[in-house]
Amino acid sequence: MSRLPESPESASQTYAPYDADRPLMLRCSCGQDHAPADHGKAAAAMRSTSLSTEAETLSHDFVEASLIKAIFPVDSVRRRFLKAVGANTARAAIASVLPVSALQAMAQDKGALEKKDLKIGFIPITCATPLIMAHPMGFYSQQGLNVEVVKTAGWALIRDKMLNKEYDATHFLSPMPLAMSLGLGSTAAPMQVATIQNTNGQAITLANKHKDKRDPKDWKGFKFAVPFDYSMHNFLLRYYVAEHGLNPDTDIQIRVVPPPEMVANLRAGNIDGYLGPDPFNQRAVYEEIGFIHLLTKELWDGHPCCAFGTSAEFIQQNPNTFAALYRAVLTSAAMARKAENRELIAKTIAPAQYLNQPEIVLQQVLTGKFADGLGKVQNVPNRADFDPMPWQSMAVWMLTQMQRWGYLQGDVNYKQIAEKVFLLTDAKKQMAALGQPVPAGAYPKFKVMGREFDPAQAADYAKSFKIRKAA
Amino acid sequence: MTSIWRSRAGPSLGLRAALVSLLLFLLLLAIWHLAKLPVAQSGAAVNLTAEEIEYLKMLGKDPGASAKQGGFPAPAEFARTAWKHLSDPFYDNGPNDKGIAIQLAHSLGRVGLGFLLACLVAVPLGFVIGMSPLLRRAFDPYIQVLKPISPLAWMPLALYTIKDSSASGIFVIFICSIWPMLINTAFGVASVRRDWLNVAATLEVGPLRKAFLVILPAAAPTIVTGMRISMSIAWLVIVAAEMLVGGTGIGYFVWNEWNNLSLSNVIFAITVIGVVGMLLDLLYARLQKAVTYVE
Repeated sequence: MSRLPESPESASQTYAPYDADRPLMLRCSCGQDHAPADHGKAAAAMRSTSLSTEAETLSHDFVEASLIKAIFPVDSVRRRFLKAVGANTARAAIASVLPVSALQAMAQDKGALEKKDLKIGFIPITCATPLIMAHPMGFYSQQGLNVEVVKTAGWALIRDKMLNKEYDATHFLSPMPLAMSLGLGSTAAPMQVATIQNTNGQAITLANKHKDKRDPKDWKGFKFAVPFDYSMHNFLLRYYVAEHGLNPDTDIQIRVVPPPEMVANLRAGNIDGYLGPDPFNQRAVYEEIGFIHLLTKELWDGHPCCAFGTSAEFIQQNPNTFAALYRAVLTSAAMARKAENRELIAKTIAPAQYLNQPEIVLQQVLTGKFADGLGKVQNVPNRADFDPMPWQSMAVWMLTQMQRWGYLQGDVNYKQIAEKVFLLTDAKKQMAALGQPVPAGAYPKFKVMGREFDPAQAADYAKSFKIRKAA
Repeated sequence: MTSIWRSRAGPSLGLRAALVSLLLFLLLLAIWHLAKLPVAQSGAAVNLTAEEIEYLKMLGKDPGASAKQGGFPAPAEFARTAWKHLSDPFYDNGPNDKGIAIQLAHSLGRVGLGFLLACLVAVPLGFVIGMSPLLRRAFDPYIQVLKPISPLAWMPLALYTIKDSSASGIFVIFICSIWPMLINTAFGVASVRRDWLNVAATLEVGPLRKAFLVILPAAAPTIVTGMRISMSIAWLVIVAAEMLVGGTGIGYFVWNEWNNLSLSNVIFAITVIGVVGMLLDLLYARLQKAVTYVE
């Protein structure tokens, strides 16, 4: 299964993971095997080497060396192990348990595309903007991909079609890949988040008859809708009402309702409000049946909502295609972030084959200059944003909320799951390759409703809430 | 409906019935039109501030421009929608937006395939069950339990096991349209007149010849009736199935327009579904007439 150098001698001298006589340090902050003091010299040597035809071998060896380093953090143990079993046996043994070749191919990623005709699923909401607009804007074809973006009738169907492998990659609600990887609500299948699609961009919409009931303490007995159990919508709504002293499981009713039906149910008086995706919050205002109570940006500024991802299996089998998809979606996200492009984007994704919505509604959602349903024009430029970084601390927060509300039982190894599902390193690598600015770190702290979340203290955080599901 | 047109009471009754139908239609249109007459808007744009005008524009109610679409459509709006779809039925804007004729073709294709599969299973099986009282009793509990299950209940199971959404759609049509055919075929075969079977026995006709030359023609009207019921069920099922799985077809069209909260498109689709269903039914009515004989 793995492509291995024939013998240690034929490999470059820079990394020799299976050579028991050489130290394996990888200790400079640049990730290379030399002392930090020698960085400049070594980097210059590296640059000239990488220009040579040996670049590929070098890359492969570096990946292997990193793996060995991870397996044997203590170098003396590695040496003893290699001396005992021999380099070739060691290499075969390690290759049989780790996806060495897939990782090597991923590090390369300039190779030929394994699969060019792809199907990507999406739900027609503004959260999917980057992956939808990449189609009409030609970002997929720029990468040599022939992508079909397929409108899908619901989140459960997205889940099923990913499990069936009808879709190659898809628009996810960002907690969905976590839930699917853990086997919550479906059979367990490892899914991965390549990028976050959008941040903010949701709202709590209430029916017009509740205009004078803006205080959540008055909401006892209200019926709310969210689009899916494993969604930021559900977690944020629960968080919000719980902060105001209501238990979301007993004091209010939360139902799973598809977004367009949220508007219809609100009109019929079947529900009192919803925390839903746009454009359906703005659509309720446009239809004059509801008003925007608050934007979710006010609960957690910069919270993730939807994600772009695929199965671990697809990435392993098609590493180059996956990298190309990455570049297309990241290019798209970078364009969507810029405020001056938002009106054009609204026009591009409004037609029937994409969102199928009135352009004026999309424009208000994307530009942040909108009618709030209470007679005012509000101007909130970052009402919806498109920051693609799949921060692992966000994944940890979602896991704490799944625990808090009883979706996830027992102890959870937050970091392990977050790092397995949210491909932050890959996202950074692809952003750097596209010349986009890459922020540092993996676990930034953030504030949810004024309270700081420290991912290092996740277990205590999950237990710290007064209102939670009794275990 | 069809019984009106097949009435044998002479052309004058047919003509009068047609006239009454037309009158009813016009009356319906008039009521619809009156109910949707625009309510007089109070207040001109003159005394609005700039912000108020902007707000109205954001609600799609540009003062001075034509009224916004949406909500329950007026007859004129519906006519425009219908004309738009009918004048360009074959356009294709990628996988998510196709003309009404293409959507219909997808639906009819699925219905045809599912229905054909159901025929292939139901008619032979019904024959066997009809000829053997033992099997009839043995199969009866299964048929009684499976028959009333709604297509939507089958869908998750189909998606999970078949792992292909369009095959699941076809399976759901198959499983829902098989029962009326099966029951009617069994009933038709079981109630072939004794005299004819006795005559066949006296003439020492082989079992295959007996099945094809005596029982099949005798049971044909009942079998076709079963097919007719099955076909109308299949057409009912396809819309629900396609709304659930999405992709293509008239059901997907309804779902997509519902997503846009565009009622005039939804009403148009409903009309088309009704008309196609009626045509399918007429087709089987013809077939039924062709295989029926006067004793």
